[in-house]
Amino acid sequence: MKDVKSKNAAPGKQGGLNAEIQSRIGHQLRAMYDDVVRQGVPDRFAELIRKLDGSEPNPQLGTAGDKNDGRD
Amino acid sequence: MPLTDSLRDDILASVPSLRAFAISLSGNGDRADDLVQETLLRALANIDSFQPGSNLPAWLFTILRNLFRSDYRKRRREVEDADGSYAKTLKTQPAQSAHLEFEEFRAALDKLPQDQREALILVGASGFSYEDAAAICGCAVGTIKSRVNRARSKLSALLYVDGAEDFGPDETVRAVIGGSGGY
Repeated sequence: MKDVKSKNAAPGKQGGLNAEIQSRIGHQLRAMYDDVVRQGVPDRFAELIRKLDGSEPNPQLGTAGDKNDGRD
Repeated sequence: MPLTDSLRDDILASVPSLRAFAISLSGNGDRADDLVQETLLRALANIDSFQPGSNLPAWLFTILRNLFRSDYRKRRREVEDADGSYAKTLKTQPAQSAHLEFEEFRAALDKLPQDQREALILVGASGFSYEDAAAICGCAVGTIKSRVNRARSKLSALLYVDGAEDFGPDETVRAVIGGSGGY
Protein backbone atom coordinates (compact mmCIF):
# COMPACT_ATOMS: atom_id res chain seq x y z
CA MET A 1 0.00 0.00 0.00
CA LYS A 2 2.74 2.36 0.91
CA ASP A 3 4.33 1.61 -2.45
CA VAL A 4 1.20 2.35 -4.40
CA LYS A 5 0.77 5.59 -2.56
CA SER A 6 4.28 6.86 -3.02
CA LYS A 7 4.28 5.91 -6.70
CA ASN A 8 1.19 8.00 -7.30
CA ALA A 9 2.28 10.90 -5.20
CA ALA A 10 3.53 13.78 -7.27
CA PRO A 11 6.91 14.91 -6.05
CA GLY A 12 6.54 17.85 -3.73
CA LYS A 13 2.86 17.18 -3.09
CA GLN A 14 2.16 16.06 0.42
CA GLY A 15 0.71 12.60 0.66
CA GLY A 16 -0.19 12.31 -3.02
CA LEU A 17 -3.65 13.78 -2.54
CA ASN A 18 -6.39 12.18 -4.41
CA ALA A 19 -8.27 14.58 -6.66
CA GLU A 20 -11.60 13.01 -5.82
CA ILE A 21 -11.03 13.41 -2.09
CA GLN A 22 -9.97 16.98 -2.63
CA SER A 23 -13.07 17.78 -4.58
CA ARG A 24 -15.21 16.25 -1.82
CA ILE A 25 -13.45 18.36 0.78
CA GLY A 26 -13.93 21.48 -1.33
CA HIS A 27 -17.58 20.63 -1.77
CA GLN A 28 -18.18 20.08 1.94
CA LEU A 29 -16.35 23.24 2.85
CA ARG A 30 -18.44 25.33 0.48
CA ALA A 31 -21.66 23.59 1.53
CA MET A 32 -20.98 24.47 5.15
CA TYR A 33 -20.13 28.05 4.27
CA ASP A 34 -22.89 28.67 1.77
CA ASP A 35 -25.48 27.36 4.17
CA VAL A 36 -24.75 30.37 6.37
CA VAL A 37 -24.46 32.79 3.45
CA ARG A 38 -27.93 31.78 2.31
CA GLN A 39 -29.38 32.89 5.64
CA GLY A 40 -28.93 36.45 4.39
CA VAL A 41 -28.67 39.46 6.67
CA PRO A 42 -30.25 38.95 10.10
CA ASP A 43 -32.41 41.89 11.21
CA ARG A 44 -30.06 42.72 14.04
CA PHE A 45 -27.33 43.73 11.60
CA ALA A 46 -29.57 45.59 9.22
CA GLU A 47 -30.91 47.58 12.19
CA LEU A 48 -27.46 48.16 13.59
CA ILE A 49 -26.23 49.72 10.41
CA ARG A 50 -29.38 51.71 9.92
CA LYS A 51 -29.16 53.10 13.45
CA LEU A 52 -25.51 53.98 13.27
CA ASP A 53 -26.06 55.60 9.96
CA GLY A 54 -28.88 57.75 11.29
CA SER A 55 -27.27 58.63 14.61
CA GLU A 56 -24.05 59.90 13.16
CA PRO A 57 -24.55 63.28 11.60
CA ASN A 58 -22.68 63.31 8.37
CA PRO A 59 -22.05 66.83 7.15
CA GLN A 60 -20.89 65.61 3.77
CA LEU A 61 -24.22 64.04 3.03
CA GLY A 62 -26.25 66.98 4.20
CA THR A 63 -29.57 65.13 4.23
CA ALA A 64 -28.76 62.41 6.70
CA GLY A 65 -32.33 62.13 7.88
CA ASP A 66 -34.24 61.93 4.65
CA LYS A 67 -35.63 58.41 4.92
CA ASN A 68 -34.69 57.86 8.54
CA ASP A 69 -37.73 58.64 10.60
CA GLY A 70 -36.36 56.69 13.55
CA ARG A 71 -39.04 54.04 13.40
CA ASP A 72 -38.22 52.18 16.56
CA MET B 1 -14.12 57.83 2.67
CA PRO B 2 -17.41 58.97 4.17
CA LEU B 3 -20.20 56.48 4.67
CA THR B 4 -22.27 56.93 1.56
CA ASP B 5 -25.47 55.06 0.91
CA SER B 6 -23.78 52.79 -1.56
CA LEU B 7 -20.93 52.01 0.82
CA ARG B 8 -23.44 51.23 3.54
CA ASP B 9 -25.28 48.91 1.16
CA ASP B 10 -22.01 47.21 0.24
CA ILE B 11 -21.18 46.66 3.90
CA LEU B 12 -24.61 45.19 4.47
CA ALA B 13 -24.18 42.95 1.45
CA SER B 14 -20.99 41.57 3.00
CA VAL B 15 -22.74 40.51 6.20
CA PRO B 16 -23.78 37.02 5.02
CA SER B 17 -20.24 36.06 4.06
CA LEU B 18 -18.80 37.70 7.18
CA ARG B 19 -21.10 35.51 9.25
CA ALA B 20 -20.11 32.41 7.31
CA PHE B 21 -16.45 33.25 7.86
CA ALA B 22 -16.99 33.92 11.56
CA ILE B 23 -18.91 30.68 12.07
CA SER B 24 -16.32 28.69 10.13
CA LEU B 25 -13.57 30.17 12.28
CA SER B 26 -15.20 29.95 15.67
CA GLY B 27 -17.53 26.99 15.25
CA ASN B 28 -20.04 28.82 17.40
CA GLY B 29 -23.03 30.70 16.02
CA ASP B 30 -23.60 33.11 18.90
CA ARG B 31 -19.98 34.02 19.19
CA ALA B 32 -19.81 34.42 15.42
CA ASP B 33 -22.64 36.94 15.40
CA ASP B 34 -20.97 38.90 18.19
CA LEU B 35 -17.82 38.95 16.09
CA VAL B 36 -19.73 40.20 13.08
CA GLN B 37 -21.39 42.91 15.17
CA GLU B 38 -18.06 44.08 16.53
CA THR B 39 -16.61 44.00 13.03
CA LEU B 40 -19.39 46.25 11.74
CA LEU B 41 -18.95 48.69 14.62
CA ARG B 42 -15.22 48.89 14.02
CA ALA B 43 -15.67 49.25 10.30
CA LEU B 44 -18.16 52.08 10.66
CA ALA B 45 -16.02 53.80 13.30
CA ASN B 46 -12.99 53.60 11.01
CA ILE B 47 -14.72 54.13 7.73
CA ASP B 48 -12.50 57.12 6.97
CA SER B 49 -9.53 54.79 6.71
CA PHE B 50 -11.18 52.70 4.00
CA GLN B 51 -9.66 53.48 0.62
CA PRO B 52 -12.35 54.09 -2.00
CA GLY B 53 -12.10 51.55 -4.77
CA SER B 54 -10.18 49.02 -2.71
CA ASN B 55 -11.54 45.63 -1.80
CA LEU B 56 -14.29 46.18 0.77
CA PRO B 57 -14.91 42.51 1.62
CA ALA B 58 -11.18 41.98 2.15
CA TRP B 59 -11.06 45.02 4.43
CA LEU B 60 -14.01 43.74 6.49
CA PHE B 61 -12.63 40.21 6.63
CA THR B 62 -9.32 41.59 7.89
CA ILE B 63 -11.09 43.38 10.74
CA LEU B 64 -13.06 40.27 11.65
CA ARG B 65 -10.04 38.03 11.47
CA ASN B 66 -8.01 40.30 13.73
CA LEU B 67 -10.85 40.55 16.22
CA PHE B 68 -11.18 36.80 16.26
CA ARG B 69 -7.47 36.41 16.82
CA SER B 70 -7.32 38.77 19.78
CA ASP B 71 -10.48 37.28 21.21
CA TYR B 72 -9.09 33.79 20.73
CA ARG B 73 -5.91 34.63 22.54
CA LYS B 74 -7.97 35.81 25.46
CA ARG B 75 -10.16 32.78 25.66
CA ARG B 76 -7.89 30.03 24.41
CA ARG B 77 -10.08 27.06 23.97
CA GLU B 78 -12.98 27.08 26.31
CA VAL B 79 -15.44 24.30 25.89
CA GLU B 80 -16.24 24.81 22.27
CA ASP B 81 -18.47 23.02 19.87
CA ALA B 82 -18.41 19.55 21.36
CA ASP B 83 -22.21 19.42 21.36
CA GLY B 84 -22.51 20.57 17.79
CA SER B 85 -23.90 23.98 18.60
CA TYR B 86 -22.84 25.10 15.15
CA ALA B 87 -25.37 22.80 13.56
CA LYS B 88 -28.08 24.35 15.70
CA THR B 89 -27.51 27.67 14.04
CA LEU B 90 -28.54 26.26 10.69
CA LYS B 91 -32.02 26.95 9.53
CA THR B 92 -32.38 23.72 7.67
CA GLN B 93 -31.21 20.61 9.45
CA PRO B 94 -29.49 18.23 7.06
CA ALA B 95 -30.83 14.70 6.77
CA GLN B 96 -29.48 12.24 9.29
CA SER B 97 -26.62 10.68 7.33
CA ALA B 98 -25.66 13.97 5.72
CA HIS B 99 -25.82 15.51 9.17
CA LEU B 100 -23.35 12.97 10.52
CA GLU B 101 -21.00 13.57 7.63
CA PHE B 102 -21.33 17.28 8.24
CA GLU B 103 -20.46 16.90 11.93
CA GLU B 104 -17.42 14.83 11.02
CA PHE B 105 -16.28 17.48 8.60
CA ARG B 106 -16.83 20.23 11.15
CA ALA B 107 -14.87 18.26 13.77
CA ALA B 108 -12.00 17.67 11.35
CA LEU B 109 -11.92 21.35 10.42
CA ASP B 110 -11.69 22.26 14.10
CA LYS B 111 -8.64 20.03 14.44
CA LEU B 112 -6.65 22.11 11.98
CA PRO B 113 -4.22 24.69 13.29
CA GLN B 114 -5.86 28.10 13.18
CA ASP B 115 -3.48 29.43 10.50
CA GLN B 116 -4.38 26.59 8.19
CA ARG B 117 -8.08 26.71 8.90
CA GLU B 118 -8.44 30.39 8.11
CA ALA B 119 -6.35 30.10 4.94
CA LEU B 120 -8.43 27.18 3.69
CA ILE B 121 -11.72 28.96 4.39
CA LEU B 122 -10.65 32.21 2.75
CA VAL B 123 -9.44 30.53 -0.41
CA GLY B 124 -11.64 27.44 -0.56
CA ALA B 125 -14.97 28.86 0.63
CA SER B 126 -14.94 32.65 0.62
CA GLY B 127 -13.40 32.64 -2.84
CA PHE B 128 -10.59 35.09 -2.18
CA SER B 129 -7.50 34.96 -4.35
CA TYR B 130 -4.27 33.81 -2.71
CA GLU B 131 -3.15 37.44 -2.86
CA ASP B 132 -6.22 38.75 -1.04
CA ALA B 133 -6.04 35.97 1.53
CA ALA B 134 -2.39 36.83 2.16
CA ALA B 135 -3.32 40.48 2.68
CA ILE B 136 -6.11 39.54 5.07
CA CYS B 137 -3.82 37.29 7.11
CA GLY B 138 -0.84 39.63 6.89
CA CYS B 139 1.54 37.08 5.43
CA ALA B 140 3.24 36.16 2.15
CA VAL B 141 1.31 34.60 -0.74
CA GLY B 142 3.55 31.53 -0.61
CA THR B 143 2.72 31.10 3.06
CA ILE B 144 -1.00 31.09 2.28
CA LYS B 145 -0.49 28.52 -0.48
CA SER B 146 1.41 26.19 1.79
CA ARG B 147 -1.13 26.60 4.59
CA VAL B 148 -3.97 25.75 2.22
CA ASN B 149 -2.09 22.69 0.97
CA ARG B 150 -1.34 21.50 4.46
CA ALA B 151 -4.94 22.07 5.51
CA ARG B 152 -6.26 20.02 2.58
CA SER B 153 -3.77 17.30 3.21
CA LYS B 154 -4.62 17.09 6.88
CA LEU B 155 -8.36 17.12 6.26
CA SER B 156 -8.09 14.31 3.78
CA ALA B 157 -6.03 12.31 6.25
CA LEU B 158 -8.54 12.93 9.03
CA LEU B 159 -11.63 12.29 6.96
CA TYR B 160 -10.68 9.70 4.41
CA VAL B 161 -7.35 8.01 4.84
CA ASP B 162 -7.81 6.98 8.47
CA GLY B 163 -11.29 5.73 7.76
CA ALA B 164 -10.19 3.86 4.66
CA GLU B 165 -9.14 0.87 6.76
CA ASP B 166 -12.81 0.22 7.38
CA PHE B 167 -13.29 -0.67 3.75
CA GLY B 168 -10.29 -2.96 3.48
CA PRO B 169 -7.07 -2.52 1.54
CA ASP B 170 -8.65 -3.00 -1.89
CA GLU B 171 -10.81 0.07 -1.50
CA THR B 172 -7.88 2.09 -0.28
CA VAL B 173 -5.72 1.11 -3.21
CA ARG B 174 -8.54 1.79 -5.65
CA ALA B 175 -9.16 5.18 -4.08
CA VAL B 176 -5.52 6.09 -4.38
CA ILE B 177 -5.19 4.89 -7.95
CA GLY B 178 -8.55 6.42 -8.87
CA GLY B 179 -7.23 9.85 -8.14
CA SER B 180 -4.35 9.73 -10.57
CA GLY B 181 -6.49 10.75 -13.54
CA GLY B 182 -7.65 14.02 -12.06
CA TYR B 183 -6.10 17.41 -12.23
